[in-house]
Amino acid sequence: MATGASGEMHIDPMEQFLVKPLFGGEMSLFTITNATLWMAIVVAVIALLLLGGSNGRGHVPTRLQSVGELMYGFVRQMVTDIAGEEGMKYFPYIFTLFLFILFSNLLGMLPYSFTVTSHIAVTGVLALMVFVTVTAIGFIKHGTHFFGFFWPKDAPGPLRPVLMVIELISYFVRPISHSIRLGANMLAGHAVLKVFAGFVGALGVFGVVPIAAMVGLTAFEFLVAAIQAYVFAILTCVYLNDALHMH
Amino acid sequence: MAEPAHGGESGAEAIGMPQLDFTTFPSQIFWLLVALTALYFILTRLALPRIVGAIEERHDAIEDDLDRAAEFRRRAEQAEAAYDKALAEAKARAQEIANQTRAEAKADLDKAIAKADAEIAARTAESEKRIGEIRDGAMASVEAVAAETARAIVDSFIPGETTDADARAAVSARLNG
Repeated sequence: MATGASGEMHIDPMEQFLVKPLFGGEMSLFTITNATLWMAIVVAVIALLLLGGSNGRGHVPTRLQSVGELMYGFVRQMVTDIAGEEGMKYFPYIFTLFLFILFSNLLGMLPYSFTVTSHIAVTGVLALMVFVTVTAIGFIKHGTHFFGFFWPKDAPGPLRPVLMVIELISYFVRPISHSIRLGANMLAGHAVLKVFAGFVGALGVFGVVPIAAMVGLTAFEFLVAAIQAYVFAILTCVYLNDALHMH
Repeated sequence: MAEPAHGGESGAEAIGMPQLDFTTFPSQIFWLLVALTALYFILTRLALPRIVGAIEERHDAIEDDLDRAAEFRRRAEQAEAAYDKALAEAKARAQEIANQTRAEAKADLDKAIAKADAEIAARTAESEKRIGEIRDGAMASVEAVAAETARAIVDSFIPGETTDADARAAVSARLNG
């Protein structure tokens, strides 16, 4: 009994985030880990959903086809609304990011699964890719005029240098907030669920209370999973719009 | 039974934040880039052309159907206009034929009436003539009878005093006076 109880108490909410090599061996660049596996699953599920659904090419879409078309329409709408028709050039890029994050978040909700997007290494790369690409687009499109993005022309003279510093900082903070927002949301949600799960064993009969809370939290986590993917994509569109049209 | 081994291996306190275990970063980043590249090509080469194609085909099909519906509608309207025109023409023709027929019938009738009138007039004239003749004949007979009667009467009163001519003259004078 005692060992069982201590075993229950032993649940570490962070254990689920461990990145472990699947086939043993030292961790290196090409090591296949559980993170690799789940990235592959994410890509496979997206491919199945979009390719399986578009097989028929019927004028009346099948259910699966409707899902694919709805997601396409949703992201397309988002891109054109925020970044305009010019932004459609970068649509596949944003669609890739959105689908990858959405399905990572959602598949991470499966028991015993691994949430790829709960790792700062992943979200950091995603955010940096956006940051670098968008900055490059800005410079390619506007040349050195893109520096004007940081120079507040409408502000009173003496304030301009100060504001420029603030603008620069806020610009370079973008990838940090962009990545941490997503990663921390995923991390916190899953950790909280695990902590509540730990209470269940410790409370015995009263374990129904944390179980009820977990049911609610799980629903909430699904909401967060979708919203964070949406937020990431919409911010990408906003940054892209800044680079395309400046403001 | 398995727990001690499990617990010993993971070493509860040693887990900390797996997110900050930098030894896993190269592998995570490498495979993330592989996954994203794969996903990007799956989307741009396979999925998006199909989805966009399906949506465009549907859009085109709907547009085509609408165009065809509009064309049919136009044709129906044309047919209706042609029908109305034909109907109006037929009505006009019917009216014309009716008028013509009526006019012809009226002309025939007028002609027949005129002929009948002429015949009636001719017969009336003939009849009047014959009546006149008969009357003249009757008058002549009356004169003759009256003259003869008058002479006979006068003769019976005064024999030899009068002649036929006298009596006739006297009767004639009396009748015409």
